[in-house]
Amino acid sequence: MIRISEKQIDVQKVIDTASSLNAGAVSVFIGTVRNNAQGKKVVWLEYEAYETMAVGEIRKIMDEACQRWPLLGWAVSHRIGTLKPGEVAVVVAVSTPHRKDSFAACEFVIDTLKEKVPIWKKEVFEDGQEWISARPMLEAKA
Amino acid sequence: MNRFKVRAFGITRELLGGREATIELNGTTVGDLRGELASRYPELTGLRSLYIAVNSDYAAEDQVLNPDDEIALIPPVSGG
Repeated sequence: MIRISEKQIDVQKVIDTASSLNAGAVSVFIGTVRNNAQGKKVVWLEYEAYETMAVGEIRKIMDEACQRWPLLGWAVSHRIGTLKPGEVAVVVAVSTPHRKDSFAACEFVIDTLKEKVPIWKKEVFEDGQEWISARPMLEAKA
Repeated sequence: MNRFKVRAFGITRELLGGREATIELNGTTVGDLRGELASRYPELTGLRSLYIAVNSDYAAEDQVLNPDDEIALIPPVSGG
């Protein structure tokens, strides 16, 4: 299951979708909104996705994960829109016969998602806002 | 002159001033489009990276564009 939605993520539903009676392990990654960044208080985050491409890129990641690990089930859900600190932004769940594969596959999926999937977030502070990672770090220019 | 519609997301949406822009250029490749975008919107060149997607796939610089392709600007992603 791949889902990109403005609605709150039902974490249990993602886990249930990924689960299998043949599995001995389910690994779940839950990404949440931090209340601080760059030493400043985050008021909220704005998430935006290029949805058709994001779904396609997640599918490619899952195809690769299925080649590398014996996945019995999986589900990825990403929220978009306005999120406040503490809210769940992304959930990845995978199930495998044994735990080492489920840990490795889950880590691969979230790491690759963050690197390749066209989803963006803007941090909104009390005194301004910024698209994350969009520009080179200021210290890199110095 | 070839005319292409370009969708913009994240910071590029703000730099282009909207979700979509129409770009006219003499060339036909992704690289040609990138050059035209850079001259029209110089701030794009200050981004950490900028990929161009064609029909929902990351495109190479030498890929030839068709007028009905869905073209999108992909600034550095930050999901998760």
